[in-house]
Amino acid sequence: MGLETALGHSFLTTRLDEAVNWGRKYSFFQYPFVTACCGMEYMSTFASTYDISRFGAEYPRFSPRQADVLFVVGTVNEKLAPVLKRVYDQMCEPKWVVSFGVCATSGGFYDNYATVQGIDKIIPVDIYIPGCPPRPEAVLDALIKLQEKVGRESVLDRKYR
Amino acid sequence: MTSYLLDTLKSRFPEAVLETHAFRGDETALIKKEALLQAAAFLRQELGFDMLMDLTAADYLPREPRFELVCHFYSTTHNYRLRLKCPVEAHDAAVDSLTPLWAGANWFEREVYDMFGIKFNGHPDLRRILMYDGFEGHPLRKDYPLKKRQPRMLHKD
Ligand code: SF4
Repeated sequence: MGLETALGHSFLTTRLDEAVNWGRKYSFFQYPFVTACCGMEYMSTFASTYDISRFGAEYPRFSPRQADVLFVVGTVNEKLAPVLKRVYDQMCEPKWVVSFGVCATSGGFYDNYATVQGIDKIIPVDIYIPGCPPRPEAVLDALIKLQEKVGRESVLDRKYR
Repeated sequence: MTSYLLDTLKSRFPEAVLETHAFRGDETALIKKEALLQAAAFLRQELGFDMLMDLTAADYLPREPRFELVCHFYSTTHNYRLRLKCPVEAHDAAVDSLTPLWAGANWFEREVYDMFGIKFNGHPDLRRILMYDGFEGHPLRKDYPLKKRQPRMLHKD
């Protein structure tokens, strides 16, 4: 990024990490890549009952260029796989991926010719949410886990292109 | 049980109708595939079947004829339903397209072509509809391996 890259792991970078990560983890902009029934549960997590904005992640951006977290919500089939890869590639660093539901995680019960057997065959995944569909609580739990994960990162970890 | 629809169809196409059955008002005629287009035109023009509800196929491997084309017709004016089935051999898997009669047959036939590899003569645009370009084989055929996966395609703009 700048000066801290030259200094390496030092007091300055750890302080900077804390400030940067605090900003990142409480202001996720997500790109919802919603393809199937899990989308209903995603919407419910967003609606007022579960209210994901309490965790600072209230803002879905429907442009990958403005998003930090890619939520892959639902079944991804072979025809769509190149599109998902393209969307991921269009996102700017730093970026994270959440695999929402068993279909995105492993293909679920769609063990057939048409379905990708887990999106990690195409793109790297940070958090997997089990369930068919997952309950909103599980989604919030995943979001908190992602925040913890982001909190452990260092500004030196990511490669900026 | 006598059925007006099946009796009419049989008397009109005595050669082509192979078999008929009716179960609780669910009328079905098995018909030679050469006569399908004619019979469908008769249903549409004379008997008022103005709607093609569904067109699909089934694979009865290892039976010969292997495939069966299944068409469901509905008449919105008379509230009649009728099912026509055509045996289709694997070595000559081609049937006349119903697109001249019902424009809606277009995508149904593309789906049958995609999934079973049955061709439709006279179809205006017989391409795959569900699977992607570059996919090989027809996945709903019974001899398509259950665990077979095909190479993933690259994104095309
Ligand atoms: S995991 Fe279940 S609810 Fe979610 S997309 Fe798959 S089938 Fe639908």
